[in-house]
Amino acid sequence: MSQTYRINSGLTDDSQKFNFTFNGKQMQGHAGDTLASALLANGQHLVGRSFKYHRPRGIFSSGSEEPNALVQLRSGAAQEPNTRATVAELFDGLTATSQNHRGSLENDLLAVNDLFSNFLSAGFYYKTFMWPAAFWEKIYEPIIRSAAGLGSLSKLEDPDSYDHGFLHCDVLIIGAGPAGLSAALAAGRAGLRVILADEDFRPGGRLNAETHEVDGMAAADWASAAVNELAAMDNVNLMTRTTVYGAFDHGVYGALERKTDHLLSSDGKPRQVLWRIYSKRAILCAGSTERSIAFANNDRPGVMLAGAVRAYANRWGVAAGKRVTVLTNNDDGWNTARDLQAAGIDLAAVIDTRAETTQGLTGVRTIAGQCVADTAGRKLIKSVTLTGGETVETDCLAIAGGWSPNVHLTCHQRGRPTWNDGIAGFVPGGDLPVGQHVAGAANGTMTLAAALADGRAVANAVAKELGATASRKAAPKAVDEAADITAFWQVSSKKRAWIDLQNDVTTKDVKQSNAEGFRSVEHLKRYTTLGMATDQGKTSNVLGLAVMADASGKSIPETGTTIFRPPYSPVPIGALAGRARGKDFRPTRLTPSHKYAQENGAEFVETGMWMRAQWFTKPGETHWRQSVDREVLATRNSVGICDVTTLGKIDVQGRDAAEFLNKIYANAFAKLPVGKVRYGIMLREDGICYDDGTTARLAENHFVMTTTTANAVVVFRDMEFARQCLYPDMDVHLISVTDGWAQFAVAGQNARKLLQKIVDPSTDISNEGFPFMACGEVTVCGGTPARLFRISFSGELAYEVAVPARYGDSMIRALMNAGEEFDATPYGTEALGVMRIEKGHAAGNELNGQTTAQNLGMGRMVSKKKDSIGSTLSERAAMNTDDGLRLVGFKPVDPSVTLSAGSHFFTKGATPNMDTDQGWMTSVAYSPMLGHSIGLGFLNSGSDRMGEQLLAYDALRGNDCEVEVVSAHFFDPEGKRLRD
Amino acid sequence: MIINHPLLGPRDASEFVVKGAASLIDRPDWQAENATDAFHDYMYLRDNPAGEHAELWYHEQGDRSWLVVTRNTLTHEVTKVEMARDVARARGRSK
Amino acid sequence: MTNYSGLKVLWQGLTGNKGWKPVWREPEPKAEYDVIIVGGGGHGLATAYYLAKEFGVTNVAVIEKGWIGSGNIGRNTTIVRSNYLLKGNEPFYEQSMKLWEGLEQDFNYNAMISQRGILNLYHSDAQRDAFARRGNAMHLAGAGAELLDQDKVRKMAPFLDYDNARFPIKGALLQKRGGTVRHDAVAWGYARGADMRGVDIIQNCEVTGFQMDGGACVGVQTSKGNIRAKKVAVCVAGSSGRVMEKAGMRLPIESHVLQAFVSEGLKPTIPGVITFGAGHFYVSQSDKGGLVFGGDLDGYNTYAQRGNLPVVEDVCEGGMAIMPMIGRSRLLRMWGGVMDMSMDGSPYIDKTDIDGLYFNGGWCYGGFKATPASGFCYAHLLATDRPHENATEFRLDRFKRGAMIDEKGVGAQPNLH
Repeated sequence: MSQTYRINSGLTDDSQKFNFTFNGKQMQGHAGDTLASALLANGQHLVGRSFKYHRPRGIFSSGSEEPNALVQLRSGAAQEPNTRATVAELFDGLTATSQNHRGSLENDLLAVNDLFSNFLSAGFYYKTFMWPAAFWEKIYEPIIRSAAGLGSLSKLEDPDSYDHGFLHCDVLIIGAGPAGLSAALAAGRAGLRVILADEDFRPGGRLNAETHEVDGMAAADWASAAVNELAAMDNVNLMTRTTVYGAFDHGVYGALERKTDHLLSSDGKPRQVLWRIYSKRAILCAGSTERSIAFANNDRPGVMLAGAVRAYANRWGVAAGKRVTVLTNNDDGWNTARDLQAAGIDLAAVIDTRAETTQGLTGVRTIAGQCVADTAGRKLIKSVTLTGGETVETDCLAIAGGWSPNVHLTCHQRGRPTWNDGIAGFVPGGDLPVGQHVAGAANGTMTLAAALADGRAVANAVAKELGATASRKAAPKAVDEAADITAFWQVSSKKRAWIDLQNDVTTKDVKQSNAEGFRSVEHLKRYTTLGMATDQGKTSNVLGLAVMADASGKSIPETGTTIFRPPYSPVPIGALAGRARGKDFRPTRLTPSHKYAQENGAEFVETGMWMRAQWFTKPGETHWRQSVDREVLATRNSVGICDVTTLGKIDVQGRDAAEFLNKIYANAFAKLPVGKVRYGIMLREDGICYDDGTTARLAENHFVMTTTTANAVVVFRDMEFARQCLYPDMDVHLISVTDGWAQFAVAGQNARKLLQKIVDPSTDISNEGFPFMACGEVTVCGGTPARLFRISFSGELAYEVAVPARYGDSMIRALMNAGEEFDATPYGTEALGVMRIEKGHAAGNELNGQTTAQNLGMGRMVSKKKDSIGSTLSERAAMNTDDGLRLVGFKPVDPSVTLSAGSHFFTKGATPNMDTDQGWMTSVAYSPMLGHSIGLGFLNSGSDRMGEQLLAYDALRGNDCEVEVVSAHFFDPEGKRLRD
Repeated sequence: MIINHPLLGPRDASEFVVKGAASLIDRPDWQAENATDAFHDYMYLRDNPAGEHAELWYHEQGDRSWLVVTRNTLTHEVTKVEMARDVARARGRSK
Repeated sequence: MTNYSGLKVLWQGLTGNKGWKPVWREPEPKAEYDVIIVGGGGHGLATAYYLAKEFGVTNVAVIEKGWIGSGNIGRNTTIVRSNYLLKGNEPFYEQSMKLWEGLEQDFNYNAMISQRGILNLYHSDAQRDAFARRGNAMHLAGAGAELLDQDKVRKMAPFLDYDNARFPIKGALLQKRGGTVRHDAVAWGYARGADMRGVDIIQNCEVTGFQMDGGACVGVQTSKGNIRAKKVAVCVAGSSGRVMEKAGMRLPIESHVLQAFVSEGLKPTIPGVITFGAGHFYVSQSDKGGLVFGGDLDGYNTYAQRGNLPVVEDVCEGGMAIMPMIGRSRLLRMWGGVMDMSMDGSPYIDKTDIDGLYFNGGWCYGGFKATPASGFCYAHLLATDRPHENATEFRLDRFKRGAMIDEKGVGAQPNLH
């Protein structure tokens, strides 16, 4: 197909010819074309199908407001559904396909819906498909779902990357049309830091689509000159292909810059950049959007907005039709007629709904006081029938229904637009986002000279507000075009007259909505889906409101207003996510021994942000249990080493440090001797136990606290709260040193012997010299500073040794070397977990934020002699019942049975239900020491039920079993080993 | 949103963690006669105003200051930002 | 009042759709009612419906400051499920689920209840154990649940990222009966059913105060004048603080914004509901084809029905992390709902200390799925002055006793529930 509708090159570059395909058809366009202008140039009028009735649809507009011309761009993983052809920049090799049809675009099988339209009126689905009930999921819904939707995702990972960026400016100017350029020139000349953002690839807005003159130049040339002047200013950042999509609090704006969408491939560069713009002021110069008039069959391909028809002729040199009819209710429609005539396009007639008009055009038939009543033509309009009855042959109907200011960004916070009769449109009301101003057509200033002057004036006022000196340079000179309008909304008809083209909402639907009581604008939208399509009703909302006002006998302002939510135009989810995806979704923290672990067969597991060694697979081991059992046995029988760096470490110093810790921990800390470690539990202020750990007193005024890995951040935050807000005059200082120290547990009978080879001999670490719960600052490996704690999570004779993190890798290697003679074994989180369950220690599954110290069997640790966080509220009655949950141990009655965490306990013979529920299993493990499965769990009155047999109910996995209540201390209950 | 930190100047709200009403500074006396009731009201009841609201923000991704931010819950306008420690002292939490 | 049916739609279609009548009347308020429900949202309308239908109390007005359904019933991600853990909650939510299952036939309105399943993904052994505890609790309440391993999840949702995820998917808890409902239709269906039974639905009528007599509440003051009532039942979700302040009450509630998002329409892409707790993201696909998704609260107290960018980006990050195929679909619309966040994440359905004044609120962001049971149990309380057996724990005084219902285990920190 050749470009039979191309009349001249317009502002395109015809020296660069681009080949592209639409539904496989080869076509050609120019650099500077949009896909829409190129399709029109090639005479491709039918481009898609509507949502509900699958009506044939053509290009309707020339901008981001497009409701009809949505296509699937590109293919494979890069397939991009619902792309508006009117803003898709043409490139060589572009491929596009139409969407939402079964069979070909020309012969869509689902077009049968159109025949049944009477039964598919507003909200029909709420009234049927209810019987039989089972049919909904199986039959009705799948049919509705497959017919609905528009384009398709490839279901493959998005191959492109996206970036996020941050920008700051004095003034953000949104839109580079006449008002925006004029504002940017003024703001730039005043020396403000300016960002001028425009969604188009060619700045200028309507200036590129009009034949007006500015400062004696053609409008588009003036725009180019203005852009050149701005580009030369260091304080102005001109961003094209950038849509400001939302206005957020405190002058923050969201913007999407399309970096490679106009190229065949991104070539590894980010496809788009999502900017967060911090502005002191913003000037919204977003222009206005034209709207249609409702009459029967006003949705056919070839029915277009008059401003768009003019833009295709002037900017892209494309005739939207061979014989165009203009329908207008205002003076601006005549500009389309004039420009088309000047471009040599045949005009069938200009129909002005006003009985009297000052406008006229020599050589063109004018029909005043009438409207189009109906149209004919299936895949392209063939003729229009006027309200007077006459039929006019035409292949393009250009409708000028009036312009609606683009007030979207004024509504993103509290602003509600108000009706302006003079322009028959909504203009920004009060309550604009803080710092936002509006200029030009967006503000209801609809004519050229006035818009240019408005942009300058608002920018100068902003400059003044910001303390800059406004430039005295006059506003660009232009003439105000005639812009009178007499509102005309619809021609009533028994046939369907479209309001929302994409969602197939007709005047009938709006009238029915009114008849059924859905009269508030929000009900109207929700009931009919008016304005809920991908264009957010940019061309349809005001018309819909007018039809509703008519149906209910109220005025438009009485009926309601139209507000908009972000985003102004749809934003790819990939861009909003930016780089945070795949492995980079969240940061990854590695332990100091990570490299060592990698070299030694470790399997890693995500523990919050950390990657920890879960177990170390040795050659020949084929199941993780083999590795874990070996690590447990090796530790219990000789010595094991585990990286415990991930535990939170908080350095607490100051004259009041001890007193402060006394407030933080539920048990007493003030009298902890120097050189000793104590286990502590922390409550939230609501009395629930939320963290535990050990704190060592290294000096009179110096403590080191450990927290659980999971709560490291929260505990530190809460301690800072206590320090700054509750006890502001305590002399205490906190710093998180989690990352500062590499810490290793060395556990097992040979732990001391091993450490004696590591700790410098100046420190006596004999059982007498360094007993259980001792701590101290020591040196290791010949002078390296270290901290040594004699604490044990495993229940073995154990130490934790900490060195500055930079020595962590060396330390694990030194420990392993020194341990060679004892067969020292590195162990991971699984073995750690087995050993803590064998010892009955609570961990995350037990400290789940729902349990009290009493539940955990540590009720007596909560001191009543002092005030600590949570102590008062921990005394409430329901948290202190005698028959409450207690943490106890469980073993299977049949030792060959494997217990499962998450099973619930029932008295034998009871019917399992929520009322007879006695508790649940929190943690289970296979104990290689005992040779069977063991578990911890909470059980009502658990500590009084030792020896009782219970049902462990696990219907979820069909895994019920019988268990016996035992002490949680499965192994070495007297704790002899850790004191040896 | 932007929080104008008294020490660091304007910072993006995403650097902060919000705890809630600034009344959480006014932790009751554990030895008062009605301590349990007082702690209940302190912990669980809120003014939750539609309008000006003094609240605690923690600069976790920054200098770890707790701030008292006075912010309108209808408009999100921030009218005052203070160091929480100063507020705590002013409310008599000094020893 | 007309009964809706396929035949009716056919008949109306053949006769030009001219016979449709208002779905509810627009009455002027009477001087007095037996019960006034303050708040014409989902819960308020459901309460009126069940009061009339189940308890025979029909001299009822629902008073709404704007248009009915303007609150969270029309601002949520439409998910229904009964996958709770605790005794105080799970039987209540299961009651709600059962009501959902028969709702359309019950109120003769198609709310498009779509039980296509809800998958809660887990990524660690500890999460699996917590889900197992929950799944068994669901079995105990008759709600049903399945624990899936990675292979089974992959079969249901092959497009999730299994190979390159920061938090690899190990499996999921599935409730097959979970799903989505066309949210607005729920409000309209209840409104229609209540109106048919004589309930007055009064829109654009703001309650400006309570009428008190001898310490008891005997009616409301409104922008349309004073209206007396034997019982006043407040049910205003995010506005709870503002309304109850007029009765001099401080509540265990903070108002927060939860944002929700919808993409452009797409052909069927994902089955049911998928939640990615580790990434603060949940998603389903509407009958119209939009991906409907959300995440966490913005975190600050607010009454504004809008949020800010950090959470928008955070939610989309979660989406891309778990299903990187959605990168090229576009976010079409974002909005915020004001949530009545309670202090333990669980709601209140209770009498207040003021005679004649009742309160329903604290739904956090789980209010939508609770709509039928909330209405039913509130109606029960209003009609009988006794709590329904499934709502005995939803008392305002539970914090005094230390009987919190804290599913998440985060304590009195509303923005974390």
